[in-house]
Amino acid sequence: MSDTTVDRPKGAAGTAGLGDDYDTKYGFHDDESAYDFKSKKGVDHEVVEMISRYKKEPDWMREVRHNALDVFLSKPMPTWGSTELLNSIDFENIHYYVRASERQAQDWDDVPESVKNTFEKLGIPEAERKFLAGVTAQYESEVVYHSLREDLEKLGVIFTDMDTGLREYEDVVREHFTSVIPAEDNKFAALNTAVWSGGSFVYVPKGVEVAIPLQAYFRINTENMGQFERTLIIADEGSKVHYIEGCTAPTYSSDSLHSAVVELIARPGSTIRYTTIQNWSKNVYNLVTKRAIAEAGSRVEWIDGNLGSKLTMKYPAVYLVGEGAHAEILSVAFSSSDQHQDAGSKVIHAAPRTTSVITSKSISKDGGRGTYRGLVKVHEGAEGSKVNVKCDALLLDDRSRSDTYPTMEVDDEAVSIEHEATVSKVGEEQLYYLMSRGLDQDAATTLIVNGFIEPFTKELPMEYAVELNRLIQLEMEGAIG
Amino acid sequence: MSDETNTPVLEVSDLHVSVGGKEILKGLNLTVGAGETHAIMGRNGSGKSTLSAAIMGNPRYEITSGTIVYGGQDIAELAVHERARAGVFLSFQYPVALPGVSVVNFLRQAVRAVRGDDVPIKAFRPLVKENLKILDIPQTFMTRYVNDGFSGGEKKRLEMLQMLMLQPTLAILDETDSGLDIDALKVVSTAINGLRSEKRAQLVITHYQRILQYVTPDHVHVLLDGQIVKSGGPDLAHELEKHGYEWLEKDAA
Ligand SMILES: Nc1ncnc2c1ncn2[C@@H]1O[C@H](COP(=O)(O)OP(=O)(O)O)[C@@H](O)[C@H]1O
Ligand SMILES: [Mg+2]
Repeated sequence: MSDTTVDRPKGAAGTAGLGDDYDTKYGFHDDESAYDFKSKKGVDHEVVEMISRYKKEPDWMREVRHNALDVFLSKPMPTWGSTELLNSIDFENIHYYVRASERQAQDWDDVPESVKNTFEKLGIPEAERKFLAGVTAQYESEVVYHSLREDLEKLGVIFTDMDTGLREYEDVVREHFTSVIPAEDNKFAALNTAVWSGGSFVYVPKGVEVAIPLQAYFRINTENMGQFERTLIIADEGSKVHYIEGCTAPTYSSDSLHSAVVELIARPGSTIRYTTIQNWSKNVYNLVTKRAIAEAGSRVEWIDGNLGSKLTMKYPAVYLVGEGAHAEILSVAFSSSDQHQDAGSKVIHAAPRTTSVITSKSISKDGGRGTYRGLVKVHEGAEGSKVNVKCDALLLDDRSRSDTYPTMEVDDEAVSIEHEATVSKVGEEQLYYLMSRGLDQDAATTLIVNGFIEPFTKELPMEYAVELNRLIQLEMEGAIG
Repeated sequence: MSDETNTPVLEVSDLHVSVGGKEILKGLNLTVGAGETHAIMGRNGSGKSTLSAAIMGNPRYEITSGTIVYGGQDIAELAVHERARAGVFLSFQYPVALPGVSVVNFLRQAVRAVRGDDVPIKAFRPLVKENLKILDIPQTFMTRYVNDGFSGGEKKRLEMLQMLMLQPTLAILDETDSGLDIDALKVVSTAINGLRSEKRAQLVITHYQRILQYVTPDHVHVLLDGQIVKSGGPDLAHELEKHGYEWLEKDAA
């Protein structure tokens, strides 16, 4: 493999030759045992070069990274969402790449008491707690993962981390990487493309239905909880897969910026369900780009639950490019004090008879702020398409806030659009009714909130649903710091 | 302290209650002894629901003077859920819907809260089953959302199911009978009668004497414009049926 001699587009030209001396300069070695790699703070072409070389990536990927960095550096910050919070991100003060072994070396003693308490209250097993807090890299479910993986291999299903995917299935990755979300899409997608690490790579062959959900949780020993995860899922024709990322338990991270990119490709007649439950600690900026391409007769479902974090900006998108494709986006955002959940969805109807159902639920409490931001675009020629958008916000007190910004751009007349938005407060009558049955105010409120998000919860696997309800209960009791 | 058996379950004295600044109850007196079933009759707007709300502790209803003593204790300072835990139950005239909250989950939590202890699922299930049978409610009810899209009759049956699960010391039934067909009325009456015991008491609030053919009250009171204007035995209900409320209105005037 040649070093840096491949052609580079103009923007990245200045990086030619950069990093050639990284071996000597930084003292990195090629033998695995010497891995203890953390990039310097801040991001520039040197850092990108190092990450890519360190991972021994093919040249084309290194190019992709460099080009993306140029895009990142040249793109202004988004001028919407929580601009104040966005502008307070100190990009110079972040390590953009930390090897897994290094990342996990966090000390249990450094984990905030509030997080530990929550683990305790949720009854999370000891081993798992340490993992969730980033103290250990290994988790017992690794065993489960291995046997799962064998079963999958028999079906021809690929389920691995993205770095391994790139090594072992380079052609497939090369063909699809950034094909759904180009670096130019937005500043944070560009940043992710430049410095990505970890995430999942999934390929499901034609006609294969994966019976059990693929859980990133199972391959927790790798870097799937990295700051800049990159996930690519390809469901070939007529296949079916359910992928689950995250978990309800609070995930403590000392890294304050998390910016993932998830690309889904649903080939004709396939189904992809992507379930996320994220509960970052309250120092985290969670800025995620998620998008799916849905071909004819396919079905893409984003089930997206957001708790925790300081600021979340996330708008799962589906581009319905084939006739009869269907998008389902079901999201819940819970914001408490000093939190802003800016979430929503985006659906582009670019083919006839495509359908979309968007259901957004937001709960705000103790001065928390929830924003729904949605875009539905129906292109001319997408006749017979149907759109159904429903946004419900529940405010638990007068200090909290909810805003809804739905945008509809409809260029075809032969379509059906339904839109409904509600903002409600926990009803006095409901509280009174529940309290007359012996429930105290917290328990009554919890039940109402859990009922409010039940359309979401019922789509989750049982154990997640139970955990989520329990977590909401803790939030209601103000037990989570 | 008085002998327990002689302490009335409920003693309402000179009760004045206002809603939104308007006085609704204007000096109401009522004593319900253990083992007794009292009927409160009155036309719409006479203050029946206001009385039930005041006893249950609905914060929107302001007690401006008078007392409500339950089991020998003034409950003015008790919050709604504390009254419930002490054994007060209200069957709502208009039960509210709780979207997304399943009946089974709701019942489980209510039973746990009132008993102050979790009921193991093993004991809970047969208990529910038994009560569903009494009330002629299909099992499928359990997974529906509380009162969400329920018919009037279904709502009232669910109220009765809760009552049977919670076994209250004082059950207040606010027009549980209205809107029920005769079969449902019989079922509801069976539930109420089944709960009668020497330690418990019941306050059956109704508009019509129909239910009183199935649930025989020990005492009947007529509520008019925020006061009890007449009390008597079961016969009073029949007389009211015959003469209408005008008969008493004239008296009161
Ligand atoms: N929450 C309330 N707000 C304002 N007025 C009320 C409220 N509840 C009851 N009232 C008024 O009080 C009076 C008595 O009502 P209520 O106790 O419901 O009577 P009943 O149950 O006998 O029909 C009526 O005039 C009614 O309009
Ligand atoms: Mg009434």
